[in-house]
Amino acid sequence: MTADMSKVDTILDRYGQGQRGLIPSLLEIQKVYHYLPPEALQRVADRLSIPMIQVYQVASFYKAFSLEPRGEHLITVCLGTACHVRGGEMLIEQIGRLLNVKAGETTKDMQFTLEAVNCLGCCALGPVMVLDGKYYGSMAASKVEKVLDKSMKQEVPANG
Amino acid sequence: MAKARSVAALELEKRREEILGGQDPSRISIKVCGGTGCLALSSDEVAQAFERELRAQGVEGSVALKTTGCPGFCEQGPLVVVHPQRIFYTHVKPDDVAEIVSKTILQGEIIDRLLYKDPSSGEKIVYETEVPFYKEQKRILLKESGLIDPREIEDYLAAGGYKALARALFEMTPDEVIAEIKQSGLRGRGGAGFSTGVKWELCRQAKGETKYIICNADEGDPGAFQDRGLIEANPHSVLEGMIIGAYAIGAQQGFIYIRNEYPLAVELIRLAVQQARERGLLGEDILGSGASFDVEIQLGAGAFVCGEETALIASLEGRIGEPRTRPPYPAQSGLWGMPTNINNVKTWAWVPHIIHNGAGWFSQMGTEKSKGTTVFSVVGKIKNTGLVEVPMGISLRHLIEDIGGGATNGKKLKAVQTGGPSGGCIPESLWHLPVDYDSLREAGSIMGSGGLIVMDESTCMVDIARYFLNFTKFESCGKCTACREGVLRMYEILDYITRGYGQEGDIELLEELGKAVKASSLCGLGQTAPNPVPTTIRYFREEYEAHVKEKTCPAGVCKSLITFYIVPEKCPGCGLCARYCTEKSISGEKNKPYFIDEEKCIRCGICREVCKFDAVLVK
Repeated sequence: MTADMSKVDTILDRYGQGQRGLIPSLLEIQKVYHYLPPEALQRVADRLSIPMIQVYQVASFYKAFSLEPRGEHLITVCLGTACHVRGGEMLIEQIGRLLNVKAGETTKDMQFTLEAVNCLGCCALGPVMVLDGKYYGSMAASKVEKVLDKSMKQEVPANG
Repeated sequence: MAKARSVAALELEKRREEILGGQDPSRISIKVCGGTGCLALSSDEVAQAFERELRAQGVEGSVALKTTGCPGFCEQGPLVVVHPQRIFYTHVKPDDVAEIVSKTILQGEIIDRLLYKDPSSGEKIVYETEVPFYKEQKRILLKESGLIDPREIEDYLAAGGYKALARALFEMTPDEVIAEIKQSGLRGRGGAGFSTGVKWELCRQAKGETKYIICNADEGDPGAFQDRGLIEANPHSVLEGMIIGAYAIGAQQGFIYIRNEYPLAVELIRLAVQQARERGLLGEDILGSGASFDVEIQLGAGAFVCGEETALIASLEGRIGEPRTRPPYPAQSGLWGMPTNINNVKTWAWVPHIIHNGAGWFSQMGTEKSKGTTVFSVVGKIKNTGLVEVPMGISLRHLIEDIGGGATNGKKLKAVQTGGPSGGCIPESLWHLPVDYDSLREAGSIMGSGGLIVMDESTCMVDIARYFLNFTKFESCGKCTACREGVLRMYEILDYITRGYGQEGDIELLEELGKAVKASSLCGLGQTAPNPVPTTIRYFREEYEAHVKEKTCPAGVCKSLITFYIVPEKCPGCGLCARYCTEKSISGEKNKPYFIDEEKCIRCGICREVCKFDAVLVK
């Protein structure tokens, strides 16, 4: 698969050469593709004039970056302390059972990626999960199925 | 030394007068919380419903509608406060909005069902100012949270914003600004508690033309969200503090390093920077004073270690976030080798208040060595979770039981965890301790950035220690062997203990390893990574021993050591648990007690969660 690099180029146009623009540009590329395609990493190295090994080092160090393609939908479960004491782990295990994946993995049909995050900062409402940017506070393992079902139904455009 | 105010500064003052003159204090205004917490509860839909209803009922012109930042009482969200009386409505849904407009707004009637019920007295409370959660606080940094719209710079101006900046630029020399901050006794709010004024002075005195300042908004401590709350509610206060700091230190460029996981805070601080530029508060010749300063925003990429200042600098430079040895301190050689000053969000936000009100005003609050107030996120197993601001020196018990409202579900509270993964657990028996940098350190924990996670009898302290070590094991950058390998080994021992494989001597081995990791790690992360272990051993040794010797988990948390069962006398046989059980391990007949097959049960706990009769227990 060859990813379309024009978007990567547009992003890189905003940054000059050198290490300074590396993390911001990788973050933007990650946002567009939901992961960092190998071709994109190479392009970043070429355009910023830094060795590929440094690009790879940064891309593999920070947790915001994924080197594997991710699913259509991203489920993030908070495992911060406040969510932990209120059952965050129960939540992520239940999602894992329902989707047959572990944290960090993507379902075979590339629909869902399940990720654990260390704190989303809505500790007062723990446990919290985020599905495609929408926050669900005061969650419970027993509510997971409903939330996932509902989001799948919304996939079908509501007004025709 | 007072200089004559420039035209730009006078114009800013004139604009402030105009805004204030145009305000009618008796005008009804509806404030809907738009912080991340309330947004998670769909407060955006509530705000949209208000927009529609105000139009539909023909009062959109006479009633103001504002989406504010987080007022702190997240547990009760979405929050709606009707000003000027400050009628306080909780758990508001879009369906409630038409009624609020027709009854409260148009007829001044109070809607009883939306009022806050004080859990201790059972009384309904009408006004925000009467709610115990707020009454006991001293809100200075959070004063405008819930009042102003973080998207409107004019709201901040009306609240006296950027007055302190003008004062610093035109009435004070940089040295006088530093002297004021030093005299106030302000200590870094990021956790370490170093004197802010001294830090600034070191950077000012460092040789070099180019200097940088950084705002550390990489709030990584799990359970802490003060920085997010503050930026989402009042981003300009942070920015104003930075501009004053830049003037004092002599920096021309600043950076805000903010967590990628806080999309709303990022959006709002970006907007604030843009507005400040448009008003001449950032950029060349700020307010005509001759001073120049600008700010760039950089997103973190999800590495906890980047909260450490040298790692943060490495990350800003585009490298991996590995800390380096100090000295040289960033004040001498920081970003790109230049003198650099880093402060936490709350530290920066204090600066305008201190410059405006004076060092004496600030140092009156708090204790001898810990001045001012501090913002905590009080979360976990208590009734009133949220963000609170209290004077330093208040007792933990007052904070947890009076403001936090005590335990949920009548359970017994056991400990409070402070300081994030670098902190420790303080048992209930020590809650008379005052909250300040030094007392918490003596108890074996730290103040940290201000997360307080309250735990009750259903929290297992060994599991908590395992949880934190798992966190730091994951977040260790891998540079120092002691941290990379030592924390991993400590985690493994704790994991074995929680799974029932603990052996005699494990507790002592943990203590020994902890000391080694502490002594031989380079940065704060490694040096403090073992911390959750010694405090839990010190105060809750009997729980460790129960796991190791008796292979039981007294709190009923560690899965390998517990069994779920249904109490026949309590179970009416509704069958709800069986429906939710993914493993089909629960069976029974309708209207007769159900039964859990221990062999099939994976101890996921959903049966206990869904049971309405408390019939599922753990032994």
